[in-house]
Amino acid sequence: MEMVTVYIDGVEIKVPSDYTVLKAARKAGIKIPTLCYLKDINQIGACRVCLVEIEKARGLQASCVYPVSEGLKVYTHTPKVLAARKSVIELLLSNHPQECLTCSRSTNCELQSLAKEMGVSDIPYTGERTIHDLDLSSASIVRDASKCILCRRCVSVCNQVQQVGVLGLIDRGFEATVGPSFGHGIGEVNCTNCGQCINVCPVGALRETDHTKRVWQALADPSKHVVVQTAPAVRAALGEEFGLPMGTPVTGKMVAALRRLGFDRVFDTDFSADLTIMEEGNEVIDRLVNGGKLPVITSCSPGWIKFCEHTYPELLDNLSTAKSPQQMFGALAKTYYPEIEGIDPKSIYSVSVMPCTAKKYECQRPEMAQDGIPDVDAVLTTRELGAMIRRAGIDFVNLPDEVADAPMGLGTGAADIFGVTGGVMEAAIRTVYEVVAGKPLPNLELEPVRGMEGIKEATLDIPNYGEVRVAVAHGLANAGKLMDAVKSGKKQYHFIEVMGCPGGCVGGGGQPLVTSGQRLDLDEEYQVVRRKAIYAEDRGKTLRKSHDNPAIKEVYEKFLGKPLSEKSHHLLHTHYTCRGKYNVEIPEAQAAAKK
Amino acid sequence: MSCKCGSAVKDERFVKIDQILEQNGRDESFLIQNLEQIQTALGYLPEDVQSYLAEAMDIPLSKIYGVVTFYSLFTTEPIGKHKISICLGTACYVKGAGDILAEFERQLDVKVGETTKDGKFTLQACRCLGACGLAPVLNVNGKVFGRLTADDVAGIIGQFE
Repeated sequence: MEMVTVYIDGVEIKVPSDYTVLKAARKAGIKIPTLCYLKDINQIGACRVCLVEIEKARGLQASCVYPVSEGLKVYTHTPKVLAARKSVIELLLSNHPQECLTCSRSTNCELQSLAKEMGVSDIPYTGERTIHDLDLSSASIVRDASKCILCRRCVSVCNQVQQVGVLGLIDRGFEATVGPSFGHGIGEVNCTNCGQCINVCPVGALRETDHTKRVWQALADPSKHVVVQTAPAVRAALGEEFGLPMGTPVTGKMVAALRRLGFDRVFDTDFSADLTIMEEGNEVIDRLVNGGKLPVITSCSPGWIKFCEHTYPELLDNLSTAKSPQQMFGALAKTYYPEIEGIDPKSIYSVSVMPCTAKKYECQRPEMAQDGIPDVDAVLTTRELGAMIRRAGIDFVNLPDEVADAPMGLGTGAADIFGVTGGVMEAAIRTVYEVVAGKPLPNLELEPVRGMEGIKEATLDIPNYGEVRVAVAHGLANAGKLMDAVKSGKKQYHFIEVMGCPGGCVGGGGQPLVTSGQRLDLDEEYQVVRRKAIYAEDRGKTLRKSHDNPAIKEVYEKFLGKPLSEKSHHLLHTHYTCRGKYNVEIPEAQAAAKK
Repeated sequence: MSCKCGSAVKDERFVKIDQILEQNGRDESFLIQNLEQIQTALGYLPEDVQSYLAEAMDIPLSKIYGVVTFYSLFTTEPIGKHKISICLGTACYVKGAGDILAEFERQLDVKVGETTKDGKFTLQACRCLGACGLAPVLNVNGKVFGRLTADDVAGIIGQFE
C-alpha cells in the first residue's frame, strides 16, 4: 500500500493511503471520539461526533469517512471542533430519556462516556421528546426505542453481517425510529434472536431479556436444587467483565464464583457438547452409510436454527435432529441426574450460562420441555452472570481455580472448541473419523476449518468410507451464501457446520460488550483474541475426543443405552418448524438473481 | 409466525407487480421506480405487497418499508378518490394554512392523513409546493388552489363531491 504523509495536530505521520483521518489520528496517538462508527460494520459519518478541522476543507469534516491524502493537515481539538462535538451530544441528550442511573447500560454506555468526555454539564435544549413503548415481544431481546440515538449500528449488523434484515430505519426527521417493519414487535418477525444488535448498540436501546431475577429467586428457594451449566465460550470472555485482558480463560474462577453464588451443583455444557458429538456424529455416520439426507447440517446454534426455519425451510430435513448441547444438558439434568443422585426431579431448577441471547428463546420452545416442564428454566448471558457476580460482591479476579462437579461437569477438549467457528466440525471429525476408520485421526487439529474466513471448506479421506466434503460458515450472511450454493446444487457437501454469530459463540450476542473504541484498538478481530482462550483449553486437556469422555461412557451405560437409542431420541433429539419469512401470506415470487 | 409456504393464491395484484418488475428490473436500484408504479397500479402499498416485493427483489422488507415511510409520496393505507394536499410550508403556514387544514378536518370529519369513510377524500399535509406567491395553497388531484381562506373550503369540497 502506498504511504502518505499527514499532519495530525502538527505531528507528522506516515500512514497507508487507504486510511481515514480517524485511523490516522489513532496511529498518531489521538483518540477522536466516535458514536455511530463501528469498525468494518458501520461507517456512515452520520452522528457528527468525530468532527475535525481539516485545512482548506469547508466546514468541519467527519473523520471516520474522510480519506487521508498527501500533506493533509488535520486539527482534532480546536475550540470550534470541541464546541461542535459538545453540541452534537447535547442535542442527542435533549431527546434522550436521561435515566442513566437506572439504565441497564449505566457506566457501560458510549453516549454517557461521550457526555462526560465532552464536558456536558447541562442540557441547554429542551423540547419535544420521542417516546416509544418498550418492545417486550421477544423471548431474547428487549427493545427500548425511546433510548435509541439512531446511530444505525444495529441496522448495519442486522442487514449486512447477519443479513436477517429485520431492523431498519423507519420514517424521517424527528419521527425516525429503528425497528421492524409495520410496527411489529421484534419477537413477532423473522428475528433470529442472535443478539448481534445488542452487542453493537452504544446505548441502552437493546438489551437481553432479564433472567437474573428468576435465578436469584431459585437460589434463595431451599426447596429447589439448582444446577448450572456453562457453555464453552463463556469461560473465554467472562474475565472481560472483571477487567481481565481479552482472551484470558477463566474456567476455574468461573466455577468458584458459581459455587459462591449458591448453585447446588456446578456442571459444564462441555459434558453435553461431548454428548452432542456422540449423537450428531452417529447421525452423520448413519446418514453417510445408510444413504440418509445429505448434507447433514449442525443444529447447535439456535440463531442459525431460527434463521433456517424462516429462510430455508426446504433445508429443515438436512438439519441434524440432535438438540443443542444446552438442551441435551437440560433434558438429562431433569432425568438422568436426579435418577443417579436420588433427587426428586421436580425440585431441579436448571440454569445455563450462555454467550448467546438466542438460547433464551430456545429454552422456551414447546418441544424443549417434558410434560410442560422446561428442560432449562433460565438462561443467563455471560454479561448477566458477570452482573450477578458483581452484585454478590464476589472478588472474581482473586478467586481460586476450582473444578466442576462430576459427572455432568466433565468435558473434553473437543467440547471446548464448540465455542468457536469450525469447532463443532473439528470435534465431530475427531470422533467420526475414529469410529468409521477404526483407527486414530493422525492430526487432531483440523486447520482448514479454523479461522475467520466466512466460509471454509475441507475434504477428508476417511478409511472405510472415502472422501468426505465438509464446509463451515459463521455469521448468518455467510450461512445464507452457503445454503444458496447447496440449494442450487453448485456445491455438494456431506457435513456442514453453521454458527449464527461471527466467529462462532466467542462472538455471541450474550458476550461482554466490546466498545467501538476497543474494536479500533485491537489489531485483530475480537473474536480471534477470545478464540485463543478456547484453543488453549483444548490443548491443555488430556482428553480431546468426545468418545473418550468417561462421563459420557457412563451416561450411555447407565441411562441412554447407546447413541441414537430410543431413549436418546426421546430426550436428545428434536424437530423443526417452517415459520415463513413474513407476517402475511404472499404467493411464491420469482426472486431476483442473487448478487 | 407460522408457515405460509405456498398457501396463497396469486391474485391479480401480484400478477401486476410481476409485470412491473419484468418491465423495470429487479435490481435494488429500481426500488423507488417499482414502488411508484405499483402504488399507481394498486393505490397503496400494504404489508403483503411490500413483503412480496421484498421476496421478488431479494431486498429485506425493512429496507423497503424504510423507503416507503421516508417518502411522503408513498402510502401504506388506501387513499381516497380525491387527494387534498395542503401546503404547510413556512409561507403558507404564516398565511393561515393551519386554519384551512382545521376547516377541512371539521367539514370532512377526518384528521390529517386520514381518508373519509366513504373513500372520497384523503386529507394530507405536504411540504412546500413552490407556489409561495399563492400562499396559502393546496392541491387536489394535481389541481392547485391559491390565496385561500377558510371560507373557500366548502366550495372546494363541493367541486369534487
